[in-house]
Amino acid sequence: MRRAMRRNRTGAVWAPLFAVLVALAVPWFLWGDARVVAGLPLWLWWHVGWMGVATVAFYAFTRGAWDRAMGVNRG
Amino acid sequence: MADLAVQLGVLGAYLVVALAVGLVAYRVTSRDAEDYYLAGRSLGTVVLLFTTFATLLSAFTFFGGPDLAYRAGPEWILVMGVMDGILFALLWYVIGYKQWLVGRTHGYVTLGEMLGDRFGSPTLRGFVAAVSLFWLLPYVMLQQMGAGEALVGLTDGLVPYWAGAALITAFMIAYVALSGMRGVAWTDTLQGLFMLGVTWAAVGWVLAAVGGPAAATAGLAESKPEFLALGGGVYTPQFILSQAVVIAFGVTMFPQINQRFFVAKSARVLKRSFALWPVLVVLLFVPAFMLGAWAAGLGVAVPEGANVLPVLLNEYTPAWFAALVVAGAMAAMMSSSDSMLLSGSSYFTRDLYRPFLASDAGERRETWVARVGVALFAVLAFVASLFRPGTLVEVGATAFGGYAQLALPVLVSLYWSGTTRSGMYAGLVGSQAFYLLSVFVPATTVGAFGGEAILFARSYLGWDVALFGMLLGLALTVGVSALTAPAAEEEASRFTEGLSAD
Repeated sequence: MRRAMRRNRTGAVWAPLFAVLVALAVPWFLWGDARVVAGLPLWLWWHVGWMGVATVAFYAFTRGAWDRAMGVNRG
Repeated sequence: MADLAVQLGVLGAYLVVALAVGLVAYRVTSRDAEDYYLAGRSLGTVVLLFTTFATLLSAFTFFGGPDLAYRAGPEWILVMGVMDGILFALLWYVIGYKQWLVGRTHGYVTLGEMLGDRFGSPTLRGFVAAVSLFWLLPYVMLQQMGAGEALVGLTDGLVPYWAGAALITAFMIAYVALSGMRGVAWTDTLQGLFMLGVTWAAVGWVLAAVGGPAAATAGLAESKPEFLALGGGVYTPQFILSQAVVIAFGVTMFPQINQRFFVAKSARVLKRSFALWPVLVVLLFVPAFMLGAWAAGLGVAVPEGANVLPVLLNEYTPAWFAALVVAGAMAAMMSSSDSMLLSGSSYFTRDLYRPFLASDAGERRETWVARVGVALFAVLAFVASLFRPGTLVEVGATAFGGYAQLALPVLVSLYWSGTTRSGMYAGLVGSQAFYLLSVFVPATTVGAFGGEAILFARSYLGWDVALFGMLLGLALTVGVSALTAPAAEEEASRFTEGLSAD
């Protein structure tokens, strides 16, 4: 019972975060924007940065939430 | 002519060396029949990551992506970012980790085996395997098309398309005949690292020749200003999202990817791979696709039926380097085709041949059947590749779309114990039938309800039909499961109880 509650709480934190990661992986707010920064389109820099953010977020998720969200018992 | 000799020399030498390394690797690592996939479950982080990544090192990435960037602009980078960097990583956890847990507890090695056991239905098992093998054909064909187009580009048409396609087919069959099809994961890893290296070297070389990224991009701004603006042309929001979603879900159901969900040594390996995924995506796709886009700005002319990448490299780098990149790409494609064919043959022998055709066949006979089957499969794909039914990205997307139809029913069954066998059949058969009709029957306009409607189109309102098929599969799986009772042989607890990560 307690496990199920912890699982729901973990899901409630991470699911919206993952949704944001997906939603902004394409910088919709730069749609039609052709600005070039340091030799590359601005939106391409957003992509590079966003993948970095995703890696950090994914790493944080693996520190603990990974098994809680799946409801797996460790040990 | 001197160039052609150098190019073919480098190409031939590299492919033979890659084949030889593959054979040696196989001899020194394992002689055990199906050890790699079956008994294994022992792949470490780097190898698992790269061997999965190696599947991305296919003609779809190396040649299809740069081509699309050359013709339509570099936004394909973003599609691959959403798809592989984020969505696939999340599915890696949601489907992959769950399958790893279930597979570890019950000892499954194929998707069909897992579903057939849970739903108490050998027919379901066979059906899933058959569908998977069906969609494998266009994907193997894609490698042959990619090789053919790359050699046309490299040699400026001196080597015809069919010869390139035939060459890679011959190497695929040689791999199978000589090594007995045991893919060795660490040669995938070596080839992946090599390709990552030469891709960056290629970018460095081309950029040095044209005066840096600013100059290359300025050329693009001058001749193709619409390429730099985000969106436009084929890149509608519907196209970007359709492709990203369909391909990400499709990849999880790919035989060689799905089977890798079962082989990780520990949960830690899966976790690390999960977090590293977006980084690898940036490292490979940004340089490869920007090369394609820059080529458009540099005014590189690509001959009919050729691929842009070798043409660009020929113009700005020495002949041997261009040949090395193409050879490396072809070797990587060969090794991923090898894992595809290996997984395909394990689906065939375990889920179709053994249960339905010859339950008493000995191991030797089974191995023989698998080898001949793979050779036939490769030849069939080669013949189909000669017809060139679409661009690389189109053919690839069609195959991914077919696999994507499997993903949602599988996902539902993994998490919802109310899923029934009838629900699974409805979802899997319904969505496959719908998608097959849309792919193979030409679009037809029919009068209905006083208006006109288009049937069997490949997209509706800009959204790929594969997406509608996925939704149909989801609705059917959930709806029919809710209305039917589980059959007596079903064991819902298979996917829920006794799962442990240690």
